[in-house]
Amino acid sequence: MFKYALKQIAAGIVTVFFIATATFTAMHAVPGDPLSKGKAIAPEVRKNLEAKYGLDQPVTKQYTMFLTNMVKGDFGISFTQANRSVNDIIREHFPISAILGLFAIAVAAAGGILWGSLTALYRNKWPDKLIMLAVIFGVSVPSFVVAALMQLGVTALNKHFGLQLFAVAGWGGLTHAVLPAVALGLSTMSFLTRLMRSSMLEVVNADYIRTAKAKGVSSTGIFFSHQLRNAILPVITVLGPAIAAITTGGFVVESVFAIPGLGRYFVQAVQQLDYTVIMGLTVFYGAYLVAMVILVDIVYGLIDPRIKVGKASG
Amino acid sequence: MKTDALTRSDFVPATRTGSAHQISRPSLSYWQDAWVRLKNNRQALASLFIVGALFLFTVLGPYIWTQSPARQSLAEISQPPTLGLRALVVDGAQTIAPKAVLSASLETLAAPHTRGVALQWKPIEGAQGYALYRNEVEPSERLDFGLPLAELKGAAQLTYQDRLNLEPKTYFYTVVPVSQGEEIGSRAVTLEVDVQLALQENEAQSYVAEAKIGEEIRLPAHPFGTDYLGRDMLARIIAGARVSLSIGFFAPIIYIFLGVLIGGLAGYLGGRVDMVLMRLTDLVIALPFLLFMILFRIAFGVGPGESGIIPMVVALVALSWTSSARLVRGQILQLRESEYVQAARLLGAKTGYLLLRHLVPNTIGVILVYLTFAIPSTIFTEAFLSFIGMGVVPPTPSWGSLSDDGIKTFLTYPHEFIVPAVFISITVLAFNLLGDGLRDALDPKMRGRE
Amino acid sequence: MTHLTGKNRLFGVFATCFGSIFLVSGCTTEPPKPDTVTIAMLAEPPDLNATKATDSESFFILGHVMEGLTRAGSDGKPSPAVAESWEITDAGATFTLRSNAQWSDGKPVTAHDFVYAWRTVVDPKNASEYAFILFPIKNAEKIVSKKAPVDSLGVLALDARTLKVTFEKPCGYFLSLTSFATYFPVREDFHQLHGERYGAEANTLLYNGPFRLTQWVHGASLKLEKNPTYWNASIVKLNAIQIPYITPDLSAQLNLYKDGKIDLVSLGKNTLKTAMQERFKMKKYSDGTVFYLEFNFAEGRITRNKNLRKSIQYVLDGEEFVGRVISIPGTLVGTSVIPTWIAGKNGLFREDYPIQSVKPNLALAKHHLAEAMKELGLKTPPTLVWLTGDSPGASKEAEYFQNLLSSKLGITLKIDKQIFKQRLAKMSAGEFDVVSAGWGPDYNDPMTFADLKTSWNENNRGRWKNAQYDELIRKAQSTTKNTVRMDSMAAAEKILLEELPILPLYERSVIYTQSDWLANVGRRAVGFDPDLTTATTRDETAKN
Repeated sequence: MFKYALKQIAAGIVTVFFIATATFTAMHAVPGDPLSKGKAIAPEVRKNLEAKYGLDQPVTKQYTMFLTNMVKGDFGISFTQANRSVNDIIREHFPISAILGLFAIAVAAAGGILWGSLTALYRNKWPDKLIMLAVIFGVSVPSFVVAALMQLGVTALNKHFGLQLFAVAGWGGLTHAVLPAVALGLSTMSFLTRLMRSSMLEVVNADYIRTAKAKGVSSTGIFFSHQLRNAILPVITVLGPAIAAITTGGFVVESVFAIPGLGRYFVQAVQQLDYTVIMGLTVFYGAYLVAMVILVDIVYGLIDPRIKVGKASG
Repeated sequence: MKTDALTRSDFVPATRTGSAHQISRPSLSYWQDAWVRLKNNRQALASLFIVGALFLFTVLGPYIWTQSPARQSLAEISQPPTLGLRALVVDGAQTIAPKAVLSASLETLAAPHTRGVALQWKPIEGAQGYALYRNEVEPSERLDFGLPLAELKGAAQLTYQDRLNLEPKTYFYTVVPVSQGEEIGSRAVTLEVDVQLALQENEAQSYVAEAKIGEEIRLPAHPFGTDYLGRDMLARIIAGARVSLSIGFFAPIIYIFLGVLIGGLAGYLGGRVDMVLMRLTDLVIALPFLLFMILFRIAFGVGPGESGIIPMVVALVALSWTSSARLVRGQILQLRESEYVQAARLLGAKTGYLLLRHLVPNTIGVILVYLTFAIPSTIFTEAFLSFIGMGVVPPTPSWGSLSDDGIKTFLTYPHEFIVPAVFISITVLAFNLLGDGLRDALDPKMRGRE
Repeated sequence: MTHLTGKNRLFGVFATCFGSIFLVSGCTTEPPKPDTVTIAMLAEPPDLNATKATDSESFFILGHVMEGLTRAGSDGKPSPAVAESWEITDAGATFTLRSNAQWSDGKPVTAHDFVYAWRTVVDPKNASEYAFILFPIKNAEKIVSKKAPVDSLGVLALDARTLKVTFEKPCGYFLSLTSFATYFPVREDFHQLHGERYGAEANTLLYNGPFRLTQWVHGASLKLEKNPTYWNASIVKLNAIQIPYITPDLSAQLNLYKDGKIDLVSLGKNTLKTAMQERFKMKKYSDGTVFYLEFNFAEGRITRNKNLRKSIQYVLDGEEFVGRVISIPGTLVGTSVIPTWIAGKNGLFREDYPIQSVKPNLALAKHHLAEAMKELGLKTPPTLVWLTGDSPGASKEAEYFQNLLSSKLGITLKIDKQIFKQRLAKMSAGEFDVVSAGWGPDYNDPMTFADLKTSWNENNRGRWKNAQYDELIRKAQSTTKNTVRMDSMAAAEKILLEELPILPLYERSVIYTQSDWLANVGRRAVGFDPDLTTATTRDETAKN
């Protein structure tokens, strides 16, 4: 197990370096000038700025500098917010995205497991059909549409009842997180519902369920201690990719709801061509996703007795 | 019937009717079998029809709905769905002379239409100037006069012509006297004005050749309304479908082809090639997808007059081939070791034969299912990128960019957002359901599983 | 009276309140937090280092928490601030600082703080992008280009309260520059203490303005509170300005306003209708920005052809463009690069020097196009590359012109839509035929617009060059005689309008609405906006 984890982590580090290189290459192929501002700058000022950001160095030198600093955990200073380091930006904005993501994952996982179980229990009856219909819509409607509609709906609701049930935009307490988390988690929830349904159905006819029934275990007992437990395993395997999807999905939702998360920051940085921020955030996201996948892998190995990751051939 | 004794006739060999050995149901090939299964799946069949209809809509649409998606009609900006509005033909250059005597405190000078509303008012006592407002709802005691159109300095000017984005509807114009820099709302005068849709003569003649000033003409129908430059939304949706669906269709075909090539090579050749290719796949798969789509988009750049479709397809291909490569490699590995392929090889089958006869036909179903799911997700990606302004470039419309344009006017003109959003949703829905059906049909083992 | 249902009842209460404002302060249904204004910002200020700030968000915050020698009123006229009096000659200026101006830590604001700040601005190490605004000061330009030492800058602290400025050449509008953020004071010890972090956080900045920044959560919120050490604290009625939302999306901002979360909101074209239906009271002001098309004069570009530019001028119906495409009330059809609101000799510059607006004329447009094609040796109407930004308005405008030019003149437009920085890079590199651009004023003088097309101006992206025009601007820049300056600028403007290196499109107007109980918010073109320094709240009426 330990050896397996080490191996995974080593592979992860290689991957992060690859991501860093790809990002660096892409950024340096970008036409345009990160230093330009609305008003033109004098050539002398430009020279001084280039020196400050090391843009006057040859590309290979810039690359090695970037990598060495990255290893040291330093992504440099932002071009547009000259007083802030990329590390500060990540420190300040990532927790917001992470909390939102966590919320969305929680919404998606809880909803997926609940709805999935319900559909399996009421197989081919109306609750099943209704939920599956909703699921299909959940997969087919883009998150920006969901976000826009919810925003409109809640504004109308707040106005009509004179209440402040949910905040329409911004970031603060729990009321701010509910709508974006639902918008963000909806498609993952739909996906998980389908997954949960089919894995429940598979388990329903398993021998051990029949044995349990024969032994006279109550149906709720069977449901909780056998069906649910076994059916939930596949859901855990897809959590890794789901976290990835939700993390990057945050871009649009954060923009629509004006949430000061890292995703919105990234989109703004791209529009501002803020080299250091773009590179720093891409590498950070890449590393984060790689770490998540490894983590899910290991957790899965710990939970599922059928898989002995350490002894597997890989 | 009962017989007591055996007779000779009992020992006559039965005539071969053939029916016993004949296969009672027609022999079905893999594809025929799949088709039968698909036909029995109502959902999938319905989605197949929708996909077919979308295909026809996209290909034949421009020939049936002949309005140009580029034609701007500034008289009809952001109009909700209509079956053809009636418009008055007017003289654009006409100057309107003020009246000598006014019967009311605020009047229109000529018939008010969308090319201009001319107002004249009686002097209000103590006014040192006037402020003009226009509203779509009747002003209340709150003195909510609406849009501040203009401030006229000095008490001398008593006329004003409004040409600001007039729509064919009822407006409330208010003239507020200004004294010592303060607007005296309590002494304001309000007039209700019904504004008629109007076109200038030359504009009108582009619809009806012999249109003359003073006549009324009927404008083309806009079943989905018009956009922010008065362009027909249906024509824009058709044009957008061509972009969105061709990206959604061709990008997956290209990257799945690439993936099949790489995965097939890795799986078939094995050994070092396999290791290198799969290592590469692992690396590419680890790239944060959306971030890199955006990075590639700005790295490629989109030149003047370009649509931005090519960079997007290239980026999609560069980032998305990995899953299909893994899938195909897995299939090939499995098949290579399967008994019948081993047997064929022992019987002396050549590589080409093995590939064509066994490996390709047995993976194509999986690939087809994968493609069906790849199309909606690509359509989503396109919509997503265009929505954050990283997709196609105007004037090229795509459903994503139409939604992006639409959401800005969502509060005021919801149709501009809802129409493309519905099209995206229906298309994605249809492909998803079709994918489910195809998977069930092509791979019976997978039935009922995710 | 029978029972009123939901909405009507609300309205009823409201009407009563409104009626009673002028009588007594009764009717206190849920009063707003007294003396606090809540607003949303379009973006976060990158930092609050006044020596480096370049964007309107930074200027907005800095304008409230800091103060320069003078302070611009809503009309743009400078009034005494840290300086209580001054004397300006052709050679330079002398400012006398008031004794009670102090920093938020209680120490007095001295002349040395200005000397230090201005030297920091021009110091090449600092690479300040707004350094050019100090160029009227002696040696500033040389210092920036490393041709002179930093301490040779023409500014001296004669004593703690006397600041002496030497000009490079006579400067008629120097006083209006001194209210600009780049001219704000910086205290040496504090700046040295925080180094790169100066102005990056709420506690790494010293304040001498009407407010203090007391909270800054990056990307999320800011809070300004009344500065008790401000010398003129009695004019400040607000206790706090809350900025809990940062979003560039005007629809989101409108939602917040509808929800009663913010007190002031600008209305885009797409939110005007909602505002009418919600019965908001709308106001407008000019933010001073002028928009225009800039033609490329680089060698080999067909836009060098004057007839081609003329044909585009005559085909454009400014009224239709402003009414239908821009469609913000109060937007003026552009007539020149010098806007109508800016002051001239006595009254407005435009009143002193009126110009004839050009009426659209399709026949003339076609005539000029035919001439242009003859001169250029073209058989078919040309194709032009139209560089534009990625804002929704920019796309709309480009699509409008694309349709206009192709349907009326047969000219093909290739739209080149680029994100902000890439557009700027292409503008600087001259990779365009036509670029749509805008220009906002830095100071309250026609010169901030008039020198835009001089051959030495880096912002002259089209690289148009006209010796006579350059000469006239130089003449205006080297005198303090107002008449000579204005006359020269008007003459230069005439050349500009005749030669048409740029085609004026419109002067922007901004529509906004604010809570009924909020008053005296300054909206203006030059300097920071909105100005909440002297804003007042009335707590008699309920918030809508």
